[in-house]
Amino acid sequence: MIARISLAALGVALLSTTCAVPARAERLIASVSNHRVTVTPNYSGEELVLFGSVEKDASTPANRTNYDLVVTVAGPRADMVTRRKERKFGIWVNTDYRQFLKVPTYLALFSNRPFDALASPEVERRQQLGLNNVLLTQRVGPDYADVVPNDAFRSAFVRLRSEHGLYREETSAVTFLTPTLFRTGIPLPAEVPIGTYDVEIKLFSDGHFLTRTETAFEIVKVGFEQFVATTARQNGFVYGLVTAFMALMTGWMASIVFRKD
Amino acid sequence: MQLYLPIADIPVNVFLILAMGAAVGFVSGMFGIGGGFLMTPLLIFVGIAPAVAVASVASHIAASSFSGAISYWRRRAIDPALALVLLCGGTVGTALGVWTFTLLRSLGQLDLMIALSYVVLLSTTGALMFWEGLRAILRVRRGVAVPMRRSGSHGWIHGLPLKMRFKRSKIYLSVVPIVVVGLIIGFIGAVMGIGGGFILIPIMIYLLRVPTSTVIGTSMVLTLVTMVFATMLHAVTNHLVDAVLALILMVGGVTGAQFGARAGQKIRGEHLRLLLGLLILAVGIRFAIELVIQPDDLFTIRETGGTG
Repeated sequence: MIARISLAALGVALLSTTCAVPARAERLIASVSNHRVTVTPNYSGEELVLFGSVEKDASTPANRTNYDLVVTVAGPRADMVTRRKERKFGIWVNTDYRQFLKVPTYLALFSNRPFDALASPEVERRQQLGLNNVLLTQRVGPDYADVVPNDAFRSAFVRLRSEHGLYREETSAVTFLTPTLFRTGIPLPAEVPIGTYDVEIKLFSDGHFLTRTETAFEIVKVGFEQFVATTARQNGFVYGLVTAFMALMTGWMASIVFRKD
Repeated sequence: MQLYLPIADIPVNVFLILAMGAAVGFVSGMFGIGGGFLMTPLLIFVGIAPAVAVASVASHIAASSFSGAISYWRRRAIDPALALVLLCGGTVGTALGVWTFTLLRSLGQLDLMIALSYVVLLSTTGALMFWEGLRAILRVRRGVAVPMRRSGSHGWIHGLPLKMRFKRSKIYLSVVPIVVVGLIIGFIGAVMGIGGGFILIPIMIYLLRVPTSTVIGTSMVLTLVTMVFATMLHAVTNHLVDAVLALILMVGGVTGAQFGARAGQKIRGEHLRLLLGLLILAVGIRFAIELVIQPDDLFTIRETGGTG
């Protein structure tokens, strides 16, 4: 089922991308198996599949087959605060903190081989390959900047997000089915953030960046979940009233059901 | 069976939450308290954000105290006048509490404050209750008659102005301490996600000298109204009340409470106080340990907004 949908989606993607032909030797075409993931009451995580192929044209060197791919999936962006506890007066309290601005709530990087094997450190840094090289903007005093990868707050941030399956880096996740046809899985954890996810696919060869393409999918709450979440946010008063009324009804029902006389 | 909670944004096992509700309901029915001080830590323990836990437990307590209040009302064990005066302070206290809650959340110190207040409040109340229950049991063992309360004894509380007669409780008391007590309980309840019954009942008995016949019923009315109010305020200001979570808790809670109440009637009063004291003390100590020992992870992350 998934395979059939994704092939159909791939077909659509093929049609839509053939219109704009960039003056490059290679072109990337890719699509995800599902562009709209719905969070229903029994949602407990899902895995999407990204399919794609490398299209060559006349200007492509004939012997070039050693392609490398890096797929970056970035979820909706949000501001986050990382706090550090310290012992004060014998108890552990939050003291120092760093603000991360507009960082992805979900971030996954997949490739077919280790980043340091497919590009030089300079390219790795410029193309933001790997969790260590992705730009995570912090507010440092009056400035906005990213810091070195081994900064205590940055590494703690990446580690905590990774523990929840929200940040991940897998350097063997992309597989080439043929020298030009590739696929990779995009695992989504149970506590996945709701919103639009951007997927960026970058093609490398012999350590050089060749081309890139983008696609996207969205994760939405539907039906009851959506209704509850939006009502709570937009009509807090009505939501509170209904919840309070529900509490009173439950209490009242219980007193009737369990009445002893 | 897994169910996705729309506000807490995590999937939970329905039967686990239902069982937690029933277990806490059993305890609350047995001792005549709301049980929020057990429910909130349990929810935090299964991975629900402290802020969502506090806000959702408020509606859970409202449900269990309403079913309790109805049965006490039938037995004419509620003093409406006393409840009304307590509520004057209670509503103001709740509003202040929710406001403080929002402020602490923005400062990043909410978790610490919740933990600290649990430690202080639960340890002292638990220790006092345990000690009082132990003494009562020892007195009964030794065969010493329990000293009757001298009806003529007047503390400083009885010298305060604005006195009022509470017919059903048969007491003549100033409204000032009653409003203050209501205020404090409302405040604590909103910040900590507890009904406050386990603090209110001892205060009413020992400080305000309210007779035991009307104490539990009247305190339940205060709990009910402050918790309904807290649910409303948390829903309007913080948007953190998870109605689905609350409903599961309520259903488990009210059922457990009925069986707890029956079990409670079979146990003697002083034993009950001893047990409750131990339970409260245990929760307090658990929070204290958590604050003192080094946490597994020194870092925490929180979203501050801007989700696209």
